Amino acid sequence: MKLKVNQQERSYEGDPQMPLMWYLRDELGLTGTKFGCGTGLCGACTVHVDGKAARACVTPMADLSGKAVTTIEGLSADGNHPVQKAWRAANVPQCGYCQPGQIMNAAALISANKNPSDNQILEGMQGNICRCGCYQRIFAAIKAAAKEA
Amino acid sequence: MSFAKYKAQPLIKNVSRRDVLKGIATGGGLVVAAQFLPSMAAADGGHVNQYKTGADGMPGGVVWNPQVYVSIAPDGTVTIVSHRSEMGTGSRTSLPMVVADEMEADWSKVKIVQAEGDEAKYGNQDTDGSRSVRHFIQPMRWCGAATRAMLEQAGAVHFACSNMEVRAENHKVVHIPSGKSVGYGDLAKIAATMKVPSLKQITLKDPSQFRYMGKGNVAIYDMRDITMGTATYAQDVRIDGMKYAVVARPPVLGGKAVKWDEAAAMKVPGVIKVVPINGTPMPAKFAPLGGVAVVANSTWAALKGREALKVQWDDGPNKVYDSVKFKAAMAEQARKPGKIERNEGDFEAALKTADKVIEREYYVPHGSHATMEPPAAVAKVADGKAEVWACVQSPGGTRGDVAANLGIPEKDVRVNVTLLGGGFGRKSKCDFALEAALLSKAMGGTPIKVVWTREDDIQHAFYHSVSYQHVTAAIDKNKKVIAWRQRSVSPSLMSNFMPDPKRESALELGLGLIDTPFNVPNLRLETGEAVAHTRIGWFRSVNNIPHAFAMQSMVGELAAELGKDPKDFLLEMIGPGRIVDPRKTVTSELWNYGDPFETYPIDTARMRAVVERVAKEAGWGKKLPKGEGMGIAVQRSFQTYVASVVHVKVDDKGNVSVPRVDTCIDCGFHINPERIQSQIEGAAVMGLSIAKFTQITFKDGRVQQSNFHDYPVLRIGQGAMDVRTYIMPHPPEVPAAGVGEPGVPPFAPAFCNAIFAATGKRIRELPLGDQLSA
Repeated sequence: MKLKVNQQERSYEGDPQMPLMWYLRDELGLTGTKFGCGTGLCGACTVHVDGKAARACVTPMADLSGKAVTTIEGLSADGNHPVQKAWRAANVPQCGYCQPGQIMNAAALISANKNPSDNQILEGMQGNICRCGCYQRIFAAIKAAAKEA
Repeated sequence: MSFAKYKAQPLIKNVSRRDVLKGIATGGGLVVAAQFLPSMAAADGGHVNQYKTGADGMPGGVVWNPQVYVSIAPDGTVTIVSHRSEMGTGSRTSLPMVVADEMEADWSKVKIVQAEGDEAKYGNQDTDGSRSVRHFIQPMRWCGAATRAMLEQAGAVHFACSNMEVRAENHKVVHIPSGKSVGYGDLAKIAATMKVPSLKQITLKDPSQFRYMGKGNVAIYDMRDITMGTATYAQDVRIDGMKYAVVARPPVLGGKAVKWDEAAAMKVPGVIKVVPINGTPMPAKFAPLGGVAVVANSTWAALKGREALKVQWDDGPNKVYDSVKFKAAMAEQARKPGKIERNEGDFEAALKTADKVIEREYYVPHGSHATMEPPAAVAKVADGKAEVWACVQSPGGTRGDVAANLGIPEKDVRVNVTLLGGGFGRKSKCDFALEAALLSKAMGGTPIKVVWTREDDIQHAFYHSVSYQHVTAAIDKNKKVIAWRQRSVSPSLMSNFMPDPKRESALELGLGLIDTPFNVPNLRLETGEAVAHTRIGWFRSVNNIPHAFAMQSMVGELAAELGKDPKDFLLEMIGPGRIVDPRKTVTSELWNYGDPFETYPIDTARMRAVVERVAKEAGWGKKLPKGEGMGIAVQRSFQTYVASVVHVKVDDKGNVSVPRVDTCIDCGFHINPERIQSQIEGAAVMGLSIAKFTQITFKDGRVQQSNFHDYPVLRIGQGAMDVRTYIMPHPPEVPAAGVGEPGVPPFAPAFCNAIFAATGKRIRELPLGDQLSA
């Protein structure tokens, strides 16, 4: 099967049931997509599939034929996507481990809705856990990024 | 719902450090831009403290030698070593920032490299107990000041003038008479020939000259890498020839694998080998739990192989562990006389004269850290040497444990520290790194990455101890509390290190029980017996959580009973400003977080001040709508005083929201208010998780939870979205204290006190769960 990862053509012949997360991490070395729970409960592995947020840990390779996958490494060429900039301006991260997934989820959220309400932000980010507790700043960063995007 | 406006501050960014992180991930180890002062003799040890801390008594003690910590490249890049692990508290940024400030370095030209585990070289590296800044702010200031002095001497040589005529200023040395200057890069070579000054010869900056300390103007060093997905955690490490392993571990502590289907596992494409791992009987310190490992070409293959093993276990004696039964047994212990740990006055006599006696019981269950990054490590053990890459809080300790488990000398073990995706105490225990080392050895030197899944993490943690507290208070006719007895029953974390003491040790008792500052003439603190049937670990603020929950909830209960304002009554219980010294009334020892009591006494004036400040900021006493309430609590922990006011809203279905949290922290002299604020915000989120959701329970010796569906932690919007932090200002003479942990303990009691204020219902067992809606 063929798929695109960060705009690059890839072919895959392995176990079709293997989740995308392990393909990205173990085979391509794209470790910005983090392993957090393996069951779609924490959002640390969030990527974009055809522009929409998806949990790579529960997306089998079989579902990706002909699809375009974007990981945190491919979100922007220079790391200056409005969400990434807002994250830095609001000093969001503590340990940082969940942040690529948070950023990918927030980028998809803003891309689908340029002017999200407070509740739409909270609902849209419900699936992304931060154990350090950066939620207050995540919320502030998304508000700021939505304004800029 | 309202949210605090988070004000973004202009932050100083660093030069790129991608290469440095790559260096760690590929085994290059410590990258030093240029060898600075290679031939100098060591400085004079650094044991002349301005004030004494417990740092000298820790393994490796204190090192502040610029030769170890600082190097300067000809292009002016200053490289500073971070010797503590970064798990989210910011110490990897904050301590080098102190060096940079004292040496007058321009932060935008500073690189940070992470030290490998080597406590003889760097001093203590055990990133735990909220000690990094507390123990190393002075040594890092000395280090920076010594470097500045050497650069100034080099500048004097450069300008052929006296030392008096030069001044270090923002990455250059200025010749005062002419106004000419020379950059640090150009001075590095000459500076390298200067003698490291002694402590007596260096001058620390006056606070008015600080560029970064106390300002909150520095972004965390890894900010850009984190936001680009290029920061490296242990789960992300990849080295040449590496294979992947997952381990089936005994579900009951001390259990053994008796039978497994090796052939079925080997049939899974990509599986290379099935390797049994021996367990170690308790006390096992951090030795692996044992079980059966599957080594494969990918994580996925290893996981499928483990599923196919279908291991049968001999559970052993800990199969009896049942949280429901254990709670009943703890309650029974708590209701009978225990071992006296601190005694003042005559509790029994006071009880007889009391007008009213109030008895209450409080329960806090086991918890699990659930760091977002599950534990992971890579190890390569070949030719009698070991190299490890791991997310460990104690790289020095890990080095020793790897050496001991492999039976090789410590000098042949190198431990590289990645970023830690959360720590909270879990990653102080290096069992996962030991698994990787043992497996690499068993595989004949193949580098092995051990991946823990979320299920592995939640079911095989070192658990926050379960606790039962029984409190009896006697009140006289004047509505004064004349006697207080608290019995604490909780399995001890010391069971990892010695035969199970079956009660809290001095270390645990010092975490908010026998160090209580309460101003009660007849005071007795006791412990009851409780056996450890699982691995007990330390979890962010440790026994402070149950001790504070009981004490601060009881204060709220007594205030209600006496018809007094909870904040005023809390101040009454603390009593007048004074130094409380329990050292003469404890029956064994007062463990003061490993620090001298003289430096960090129990100071009730400071405790009162945080209570009064937070009450004022939160608008304590203002009228609230029906169904809303505020609760207050305070705790001294890790030498820091923290008071919180939690504001809750309870709807008619019993759903609790937390529209606002106010927290005041007095951690002595502080250097990074921006990171203190983030720690306090995070502590409120973790505190609310503890108060509302998190609970690990055992049945038939097995953990009943496995992932975030049955071990829920707080998600965005579930409260604590408006946390306001107030930091008490102090000059450098007031010893810096802990920050990472002290925000947690006051939260749960303040939350439950607020629920009482809002509803009249008293919550005495955590987590809240559906207690209000049931």
